[in-house]
Amino acid sequence: MNTADQYLKTIFLVEQLHDGPAATGELADRLGVSPASVNEMIGKLEERGLVTHEKYKGASVTDDGEALAREALQTYCILERFLANVLDVDDFRAEARQLEPVIDETVADRLDMIIDREPQCPDCFDADEDACELLVEERVEADD
Amino acid sequence: MSSVAARVDSDQQLARLLQIGVVLEEVVEARAHRHYQTLPADERDDDIEDLLSHASEESAEHRRLLESLIEELNAESIPFEDVKDLVAQSYGKTGPEDFDGVLYDQLHGEETAYKFYDDLLDAVEASDAEFGVDRTELLETLRAIREAEAGGVEAVAKLMEDRA
Repeated sequence: MNTADQYLKTIFLVEQLHDGPAATGELADRLGVSPASVNEMIGKLEERGLVTHEKYKGASVTDDGEALAREALQTYCILERFLANVLDVDDFRAEARQLEPVIDETVADRLDMIIDREPQCPDCFDADEDACELLVEERVEADD
Repeated sequence: MSSVAARVDSDQQLARLLQIGVVLEEVVEARAHRHYQTLPADERDDDIEDLLSHASEESAEHRRLLESLIEELNAESIPFEDVKDLVAQSYGKTGPEDFDGVLYDQLHGEETAYKFYDDLLDAVEASDAEFGVDRTELLETLRAIREAEAGGVEAVAKLMEDRA
């Protein structure tokens, strides 16, 4: 997944978490980059009409930005579910975050062929849990 | 904390990506051959049979190469046999239903595999990490597999052109 898509997905999720614009500091923490890098990328995304930015408040995705963010989130969901269900990785969240930059959406589409994902994906993604809420439920049930 | 950089920094990360490669090989190449065999006899063709059969053998060879790299790494891994059944179950529910569909699926699969190895090579080259496997051997193996995938894309595209 390219860097711009990772930013859009993260802005979209942080907006959902706080019900408002995504602050630069939080984006930097979540993306593992400096606040200066975040500001630079937000400027580029703003130029492409994918993000709006309000000084002292933060960034918000536009309708076009949200469409791309949702696609990126879907790719991320496929990767998490693939790691958890096919490769049996316990810490699938951390590994999905590490591998996400290397996995292209066309590759994720192929991996999607062997996992069971619900049609409402990515609406079932829980930003607090950093995972699909259905996947979290499945894991809890499997542990019981 | 994550990072937006496409870089492989540890044996564990590398092993996981190679495992994804192993599964991808099965999903993108072996499935086309399997689907082809389910087509009615009057829709089959020797050239296509040869191409898909070769792709399937090549996929098995790539899996073997990837698995031997994984074995040299200091990382946990699950045997391919454990995921093979899961991959096989997907053949029935996601397969193309006609001849052109099988070929198109094969082309798309080869292109996807090429993209995967290309991105993986970039991510290894972008890293200074020392891996449990010799870096030169790793890069040479991945480059050879990527080349084979590029050859696969060309072969399928040519066959599709010839049939058009």
